Amino acid sequence: MCLGVPGRILEIHGPMAIVDFFGVTRQVRLDLVDEPVAVGDYILNHVGFAIRRIPEDDIEGTLSLYEELIREANADDLMAADVQGELDATERTRGPQ
Amino acid sequence: MGPSERPRGAGELKFRDPKRAAELAKAIERTVAEIDRERVSVMHVCGSHEQAIARFGLRAILPKKLDVIMGPGCPVCITDMPEVDEAVALADKGVRVATYGDMMRVPGTTRSLADAQAGGATIDVIYSVAQAVEIARTTGDEVAFFATGFETTAVATAATLRQGVPENFTVLSAHKYVPPAMELVAALPDTEIAGFLAAGHAAVITGWKLFEPLARKHHTPVVVAGFEPLDILAAILKLVELVRDKSDAVENMFPRCVTEQGNRNAQAQLWDVFTLGGGFWRGIAWVPDGNLVLRPEWAHADARVRHGISGVREASTPAVSTACICGDIMVGRKTPHDCTIFGTTCVPEAPVGACMVSSEGTCKIWFQYGGRPDLAEVTR
Ligand code: SF4
Repeated sequence: MCLGVPGRILEIHGPMAIVDFFGVTRQVRLDLVDEPVAVGDYILNHVGFAIRRIPEDDIEGTLSLYEELIREANADDLMAADVQGELDATERTRGPQ
Repeated sequence: MGPSERPRGAGELKFRDPKRAAELAKAIERTVAEIDRERVSVMHVCGSHEQAIARFGLRAILPKKLDVIMGPGCPVCITDMPEVDEAVALADKGVRVATYGDMMRVPGTTRSLADAQAGGATIDVIYSVAQAVEIARTTGDEVAFFATGFETTAVATAATLRQGVPENFTVLSAHKYVPPAMELVAALPDTEIAGFLAAGHAAVITGWKLFEPLARKHHTPVVVAGFEPLDILAAILKLVELVRDKSDAVENMFPRCVTEQGNRNAQAQLWDVFTLGGGFWRGIAWVPDGNLVLRPEWAHADARVRHGISGVREASTPAVSTACICGDIMVGRKTPHDCTIFGTTCVPEAPVGACMVSSEGTCKIWFQYGGRPDLAEVTR
């Protein structure tokens, strides 16, 4: 439940960001993040909130674990299920995705 | 690297950079050999770490002399029976209880929330506190969010309350704070924890400096670790180096997400809503300052206050099996293999103890990922 999941900001609307998580578009709250974020930034999302802006230089190393989990995991893989849970915790965007 | 190039062995051993993994394993082996202890036990306190360690078969490449133990890193597992009883009492009163899925089958004294649901109560499984608030808004029903999770998750509860919630929404907090539990485990004489791996994402919130007093006081170094297999191996190497050097330092091996002071904005919101209180952690002990309790200013949103269920208990002897050694597992005294019903009577489909319920519980993780593909264990 503490894994979190990284995603890339597509749009910002006040305290909300539209974020791309490996092809899935979701809304994430920005109230908790402690530095300004902009479109194109990567953030670490946990239960629907961005808790950290991930520095650009380090993003590769952060994403690969999740890419592997999403690509390779079978339905009852615990880590993959936790990543899916993190996505389910974010709000669906209204309108077309 | 394509999947076919990945090395296989010891179950699910998979690395993106097998050469680097082998180097790290060798360096760990060398360093551990230099430590003048018969066994070296280090503890991590994070279900996601245990998932990664078990999923990628990391224990299989660690030296026999080194034990990497999962401590009290599963918030669902340490949610105590009376806390579940309070949630069940709310459900009995007709309050809709919204909670994370893993909480459904965690045993209370006699009933779980799943039992309450079978008895006609309305329980909503949600993934985020926002979804619980949404249910309160759309239904107008009295909704209590049974909130579990460590500080990483509690900040979301705090921020949500601060945004403003409808009057028919309350929080039953079973949020826990990890550092005091590490303190407690460090002080246990029989487990001899030589060092801690701190959970990367909890440290995103708290920062790494927070662990310095613990490291000093108990002379146990702390290394903040990420979640990639190589992150974890690199952190283990750093930790055993510190143990070898008899250091009590705190090192940050997850600098891409963790800073010295952590996320101060999130901390400010957390402490605006919560304060620390003592509480029993299931199967472990009374942990002073281990519970995150709502401050009196938030009494209007506190389910215990609003519905008068604080401290209610099911009046009966616990129905939970005495065979369950979850607590001993979570402080590093035992492993799931020491439990006589692990994988036989106690399985994920019919969990006996909380450690088999949660995706972050050691028993469930070992069950799913084939236990401990660890040569040290079978040859000991
Ligand atoms: S296998 Fe089941 S009964 Fe045994 S310690 Fe784990 S959760 Fe408890």
